[in-house]
Amino acid sequence: MAVNEENKVKGIISAINGPVIKGKNMTSFKMREMVTVGEQRLIGEVIVLEGDIGTIQVYEETEGLKTGEEITPTGRPLSLKLGPGMLKNMFDGIQRPLEKIQELSPIFIPEGIGLLSIDDKKMWTATLSVKPGDLLLAGSCFGTVQETQVIQNRLLVPPNLSGTVVSVMPDGEYTIEDVLVTIRDAKNELHELKMAHEWPVRTPRPNAYRRETLVPLITGQRVIDIFFPIAKGGTAAIPGGFGTGKTMTQHQLAKWSDADIIVYIGCGERGNEMTEVIEDFPKLIDPRSGKSIMERTVLIANTSNMPVAAREASIYTGITIAEYYRDMGYAVAMMADSTSRWAEALREISGRLEEMPAEEGYPAYLPSRIAEFYERAGSIETLGGDDGSITIIGAVSPAGGDFSEPVTENTKRFVNVFLALDKSLAYARHYPAINWLESYSGYLKILSDWYEDNVAADCISLRNKMLELMYEENKLQEMVMLVGEDVLPDDQRWVLEIAKIIKVGYLQQNAYNKDDTYVPLEKQYAMLKAIEYLFERGREGLKLGIPTSQLKNVDIFSQFIKMKYTIPNDDLSGIDKLKDEIDQYYEVLFKKYEN
Amino acid sequence: MKKEYLQIDKVVGPLIQISDVDDVFYGEVVDIVEISTGNIKKGKVIKIEEKNVIIQVFQNTAGLSAGSSIIKFTGESFNLPMSLDLQGRIFNGIGEPIDNGSDIFSLVEANINGRPINPMSREYPRNFIQTGISSIDTLATLIRGQKLPIFSGNGLPHNELAAQIVRQARLGDNVNEEFGVVFAAIGVKHDDEKFFRKSFDEANVMDRVVMFVNYADDPIAERITTPRCALTAAEYLAFEKHMHILVVMTDITSYCEALREISSAREEVPSRKGYPGYMYSDLASLYERAGMLKDQVGSITFLPILTMPNDDITHPIPDLTGYITEGQIVLGRDLFQRSIYPPVAILPSLSRLMKDGIGEGFTRGDHAEVANQLFASYSKVQEVRDLSQIIGEEDLSPTDKKYMAFGRAFEAEFLNQGFDEGRNIIESLDLGWQLLSLLPLTELDRLSPENIDKYFPKKA
Repeated sequence: MAVNEENKVKGIISAINGPVIKGKNMTSFKMREMVTVGEQRLIGEVIVLEGDIGTIQVYEETEGLKTGEEITPTGRPLSLKLGPGMLKNMFDGIQRPLEKIQELSPIFIPEGIGLLSIDDKKMWTATLSVKPGDLLLAGSCFGTVQETQVIQNRLLVPPNLSGTVVSVMPDGEYTIEDVLVTIRDAKNELHELKMAHEWPVRTPRPNAYRRETLVPLITGQRVIDIFFPIAKGGTAAIPGGFGTGKTMTQHQLAKWSDADIIVYIGCGERGNEMTEVIEDFPKLIDPRSGKSIMERTVLIANTSNMPVAAREASIYTGITIAEYYRDMGYAVAMMADSTSRWAEALREISGRLEEMPAEEGYPAYLPSRIAEFYERAGSIETLGGDDGSITIIGAVSPAGGDFSEPVTENTKRFVNVFLALDKSLAYARHYPAINWLESYSGYLKILSDWYEDNVAADCISLRNKMLELMYEENKLQEMVMLVGEDVLPDDQRWVLEIAKIIKVGYLQQNAYNKDDTYVPLEKQYAMLKAIEYLFERGREGLKLGIPTSQLKNVDIFSQFIKMKYTIPNDDLSGIDKLKDEIDQYYEVLFKKYEN
Repeated sequence: MKKEYLQIDKVVGPLIQISDVDDVFYGEVVDIVEISTGNIKKGKVIKIEEKNVIIQVFQNTAGLSAGSSIIKFTGESFNLPMSLDLQGRIFNGIGEPIDNGSDIFSLVEANINGRPINPMSREYPRNFIQTGISSIDTLATLIRGQKLPIFSGNGLPHNELAAQIVRQARLGDNVNEEFGVVFAAIGVKHDDEKFFRKSFDEANVMDRVVMFVNYADDPIAERITTPRCALTAAEYLAFEKHMHILVVMTDITSYCEALREISSAREEVPSRKGYPGYMYSDLASLYERAGMLKDQVGSITFLPILTMPNDDITHPIPDLTGYITEGQIVLGRDLFQRSIYPPVAILPSLSRLMKDGIGEGFTRGDHAEVANQLFASYSKVQEVRDLSQIIGEEDLSPTDKKYMAFGRAFEAEFLNQGFDEGRNIIESLDLGWQLLSLLPLTELDRLSPENIDKYFPKKA
């Protein structure tokens, strides 16, 4: 490849403005082509072509660049090398492994380190499942590699190739660059298949067709799983001002979601948060596989002080990696924290291009970019005939915590689950600070069959009933603010008492408690059912004219508040005992009043 | 031999434009020599368009005219010489000594823009720093290597609070590890700078302080480089000389205003309130320089101070800052008006790194629960106060009355503390228990039975 590059027509830098540069003599360059810039060979991408002038966004710091230096084409768009070796690793916004960069430069990330990608020296044990004469279609599997302890990497024919197998290597140890299979296509041309292939990040990988999303992504978080479920293959947004716990919520989802693969993008966020992930994730055990959750995780980090153009690319890098694993038939969940930083990167580049701004300085194409991104989620049948899905959960950081700003508004149009984080809940240290009045899930209806079959027949109606109670509580609270709680009739005060249990004992979930950080669905349901039971028994008492103060047994209430800690996740007998206690207490009480 | 240029095409605010220039690089430093006086001003290339170059001048551009100055391209980036001799010295915003001392000579030079730290090389900060201030230690704990801004308002005692933290902060138990302070004053009043200098003297740390000062009447372009010079010095001392550095920076609001002024002179498309769209990335390039490195002694703890215009926390400056920093300490005007010092408004205050730096082995096992309970109870106090405004305190329920009493005691005894008073974390936590005991046990749902047994004050 190096030889080819020397022969190509090179551009000449004519203007430099931060991460955006212009070059002359660029007629032979293609739109979206990847280029290297200047003597340091910084990596960039062509974003505008006009006559022989090209505009390039550069993914590295441009200080030190001079006009007159060369721009070298690479002949291909910004692409990723997709192969085994991505899991358990952390990459920058253009898929350069940060561990490798650290070997080159121990502390800081320098410019001009060139294009690095997944490890091409590492030997993998490949098992090949085809023989000469077999017909291989695009996207079909020709072998496997055990990529980590829990994930088998299925080697796929790239989506743009198909043909008849000519030769196959024996099973054994290979690097990602070794030729494993040779195929002959319909035009009688030979193609080599390796473990890895390249794919341009801005082109969605093809699939056979889209399915309906019928299974929820189980997250172990009560407010999400029961109240606002996310479907596998669905889209969700988590907007919230600073300090409301976006990153915390995203981390919880990355840790406990029942997806096969997690792609976590730290997009324009804090360096320490990524360090925390690297330190914490390997220690956490996935409840399903019994192995470290890092075994199924890919991390992309473009922290807020890394070059802004690479931030724009990091989202696409992440989704392309997600699609690669989806095509193997895995359920992938992708967390993007935060999509607002990506939108701001678009705005910054747009400003430097002197484009006409629309709302708040954002470019007019912001909504279409957001739509394109979220539409790469979905539950699909792969080209190879398997089921795969990508769930996208994007954090949004609205300026001033105001949800009417352009990024939140436009994201809301294209996602189906909206988990609104609330500052006042966060101030009261109610975590996760998901506001149950503002949030919604568009998947409730299509997932209700699943919940009825797999959790309990009344699961969804129970959820609706309890949510209604919370709505009522909200209205009553307004009244309480005006007249005080003592004036309310007893049945309304009973609603307030039960709502308090739901808030403190159910919706609040402690991420630092070993039991409460992840709660299985059975317990989530049983807890809510028990609260309903208490509510109904209390209402019987109200009919007998028993005042709320009598119905509220301090001991029972405190058991409800603490049941998330005291009742183990794998032994729910404590909930039945709690119901017995309620019965005992109320029977005595009711007798007193009946007489 | 670098070329020199005589012709200036255009001067707009701090920017000058010259044409027909060859062989300069983006970010190159230029010297602008006034022919008549020989005075040298410094500037930096911020845009190159064909042969036209835009230079941002760090000093006042008044008096510049076509033909009166020589523009020399130095062929270098903006580097500062780095040495341990920086300590005890005072520099201006572009790193020139202003204390009548000698220039710093060193073979080690560092680019003031710094480079991003590889997240793989970072160490996640976990070491608690005791500031001796109850509200901060208990409820928004400062961690070594953290960036924790103070969100203040005009006239609030943020300078006093920062000075008190510098004076009282105990940077860990290991006495062999050296500590130092880097102080950057950006667009501050002469009085404020004097105040800090005096308090460093009183704290007996002056020989460990590196000061970079840009006064309110200094040129605004220098405000852009002031924090970068300071952080470069901090990085050198922390990561090369393995010291624990506390960086105090005031006032970020002046910095952002300078950024806006230059952006407008460059005719850039503005985003919210006229601030440039890249302000988030720009602020991040400062704040993210705080941290610690793996397997290495040394840290940068960053305490920037900003005054919220009109006390508005949703203003772009505090808003963008809050998204980058690891929490915030918010000062409240109503507490200040009730003579409570330090007026830390605890509900919007937060330390994100606190969760891993407190508890058994760091502070005390009950810390997290006490903090949580204080937050929850004080948050309830606000609701009860609203209610009492309407129906009067007399008509509150007995529990609510207890909340009112708790609220008053909490503010008077816990938040309020002397400018010279240091309380260690154990004292602060015990005080917290004392105050919580004003409330009925049934209201304390964040405390575990074990801790209640152990710490709840027994009624005599």
